[in-house]
Amino acid sequence: MSQTEENSVCSAQDVEQILKRIAFEIVERNLALEKVVLVGILTRGVSLARRLQKIIGETANRDLPLGVLDITLYRDDLSSATHHPVVRKTEIPFSLDGVTVILVDDVLYTGRTVRAALDSLIDFGRPQSIQLAVLVDRGCRELPIAADFVGVSVPASAQDRVMVRVEESDGFDKITVMPRDSTSGE
Amino acid sequence: MGFEHKDLLGTRDLSAIEIRSLLESAESFKEIAERPLKKVPALRGKTVVNLFFEPSTRTRTSFEIAAKRLSADAVNMSASTSSVVKGESLLDTVDNIQAMAPDIIVVRHKFVGAAHMIAERVGARVVNAGDGANEHPTQALLDLLTISEHKRLGPGLTVAIIGDIAHSRVARSNIWALTTLGVTVRVCAPPTMLPRELEKIPGLVVCERPEEALAGVDVVMMLRIQLERQDRLLFPSIRDYARIFGLNRQRLDLAAADAIVMHPGPINRGVEITSEVADGSRAVILNQVSNGVALRMAVLFLLGGQSYE
Repeated sequence: MSQTEENSVCSAQDVEQILKRIAFEIVERNLALEKVVLVGILTRGVSLARRLQKIIGETANRDLPLGVLDITLYRDDLSSATHHPVVRKTEIPFSLDGVTVILVDDVLYTGRTVRAALDSLIDFGRPQSIQLAVLVDRGCRELPIAADFVGVSVPASAQDRVMVRVEESDGFDKITVMPRDSTSGE
Repeated sequence: MGFEHKDLLGTRDLSAIEIRSLLESAESFKEIAERPLKKVPALRGKTVVNLFFEPSTRTRTSFEIAAKRLSADAVNMSASTSSVVKGESLLDTVDNIQAMAPDIIVVRHKFVGAAHMIAERVGARVVNAGDGANEHPTQALLDLLTISEHKRLGPGLTVAIIGDIAHSRVARSNIWALTTLGVTVRVCAPPTMLPRELEKIPGLVVCERPEEALAGVDVVMMLRIQLERQDRLLFPSIRDYARIFGLNRQRLDLAAADAIVMHPGPINRGVEITSEVADGSRAVILNQVSNGVALRMAVLFLLGGQSYE
């Protein structure tokens, strides 16, 4: 990968600030925090959800339950996928009935991942509400889906590749935009 | 995921990487059985035909539940209720089923190679659910999944398979899969139930007496005596067999202190295994059944999620 064409949008420090702000917004909007749970979409959404959990734990003094969601079995492109997607483990060890679910992902793009996640969550129970938190909204929606909490808006075209790297998976935090090349899309 | 086959016909054709990725994937499917709503939409609109020419309750039900939990439409056909009793040949039956455009055919037949023959003839993807005494790959894979919950599956592990090895497709599929992963396999059976060619398989030890096979072993796999596959009785009497080869508590004490006991079912209590052992704390026989659904979901998803090119 050529580092020269990679355009850094946010540094590690920025990501930390953004997550703090999102955490505050979640607390501000949900006064009844005892009915709020976090669910991260694998892989990076889970890392981000875990960090939000930590920040809310430290600042609002409440440990929100955290679930892990793999959306593979709910994808709408299963029969056309060229490679076989690997199914990973979903872990939602609490009831979703009547709670507010904060669904967390790294990038909001077409909206298809979120659609799959919503269908999956609703199979687990009947949440009182579902709110969506994303680190980056890059536009180019293909479905009518909007986020409730957006870290940063990066208007990018379909030819661009927006990448979120997080310490847990990649060793460092960074948001970058670069032209889409032969490497696979997100 | 590295799985380059149209069909799942046996564990003999699978690489260690393929076996491990199937087991890992099955691990992710276990959780679905604990959900309030035990269904995911992955195979919506796909048709799975369970074509069973031999009696089966556990395997057929397991495949049916697996298919339904993936939202596939599962259709069961058993020989006793089908046109087979009216004289239709296997290939005619298969052609007719293929004409109804199923995506996956799960087949069990008493003849070795039946699943292979069907796989070559149809465009649908085929899962072998037992062909004669040859292979029963999903049973072996669910056995491996169960072992991996308790033991590190790889070199250093020793598994004893005791019983009617010659007539057992479960034993064969397990032997191929386990030895591919570098596990040491000991087999033990009356000499009339022990195929000679086994000795040539690397990693396989043939034992004459069960005491020898059980000594310090990590996993004990007992097999059912398949009287229906024997033209004549291959040992003096069932009582003698139980006395010499049956797994009781005293014999199990020879195995490692944390050894687990497995059985593919159905159990003949008091023959190959005593009730005390089968219901004891070291038996994982019902875990095998639960894992069977998850493993078969993983297999159906792998074969049915996309078309094969």
